[in-house]
Amino acid sequence: MSDVKDFNIGYDEAMSWIDKKRFEVTGEFDVERGYIWTSCASVQNGNPIYWDDEVAQQITRGPIAPPTMMSAWFRPHYWVPNRTEIPLPWSTHFALKSTLAVPEAIATDSEVVFGAPIRPGDRISTYEVLRSLGDVKTTKLGKGRFWKIDAVCSNQKGEWVGTETMTGFGYRNLKTLGEK
Amino acid sequence: MTFKIKNSTCLTIDEINVGDQLPELTHDVTATSIILGALASRDWRPMHHDRDFAQQRNGARDIFMNTPNQAAWLQRFIEDWAGPTCRLARYKFRMGDSICPGDKMVFKGEVESKETDDTGCNWVNLKLALTVGGQPKTSFTARVAIPAKQGDNPWDRKDNNWKP
Repeated sequence: MSDVKDFNIGYDEAMSWIDKKRFEVTGEFDVERGYIWTSCASVQNGNPIYWDDEVAQQITRGPIAPPTMMSAWFRPHYWVPNRTEIPLPWSTHFALKSTLAVPEAIATDSEVVFGAPIRPGDRISTYEVLRSLGDVKTTKLGKGRFWKIDAVCSNQKGEWVGTETMTGFGYRNLKTLGEK
Repeated sequence: MTFKIKNSTCLTIDEINVGDQLPELTHDVTATSIILGALASRDWRPMHHDRDFAQQRNGARDIFMNTPNQAAWLQRFIEDWAGPTCRLARYKFRMGDSICPGDKMVFKGEVESKETDDTGCNWVNLKLALTVGGQPKTSFTARVAIPAKQGDNPWDRKDNNWKP
């Protein structure tokens, strides 16, 4: 069996996910200012649109969350009564790893685009879409495939608030393949 | 022309030129700031608060800064420069090496291009870098909407008038 054949494990199934909505999740709580201020404190961001309601009213027409906090609003709680499993962010990434039988996977690049501002009281939902799955490539890490996944986010009114695109590389290391 | 809102200075597009350097931002990273940033972004993974885990499971020097917190630093760097009326529309980054307690982060940036879209929104495209001890750690690009003048507010743009 050639290496190319080995790397075809699960390929057809994974390709069937392209451009399909998967792993829809709604945040477990409303966007709130405590987290906003803690995030700003962690990077000492004194931008008054996050701290001064008068300035926020003038510029952003009311308080908003820093756009880069987008993913915080749908990350699951660390613990919830009677929940046995914590859902993982980027579920498609882990599903690809498992389906393609590649034991290692890393995120190599990330791109985020922002839409409507996220405001205290909003409830953010997201779904993932596999956008591409590449041919087999060899890098210094190993042999495998690159993929691109979008996490598309919206608020409770259905307004698009942003999309995060993650490029991942799932691979088997060269030592395991006897190529190093 | 630059204008003020309360004590904050807001840059306008006419005052920005291709090749302009953003004022450098430095910060001494501590375990507290890394853990605070991870928890504020609701990232409970142990490599961001448990040194043994980070060293033994990730092969890292120490606990390290998570991705959303690096993005929050990037946003602060841009907003410090352009003021509260700038609106971050898009960023892209590639991470090289980890940021750990004891590191002195240095953010540098340059205006790569500027443009006006067909809705009249003014944009700057930035090239940014995060280094420690002169070594590159993360490289970023960002697209930011900037007012043309006082009264032109990128935050008022929505739907077809917002093309990030």
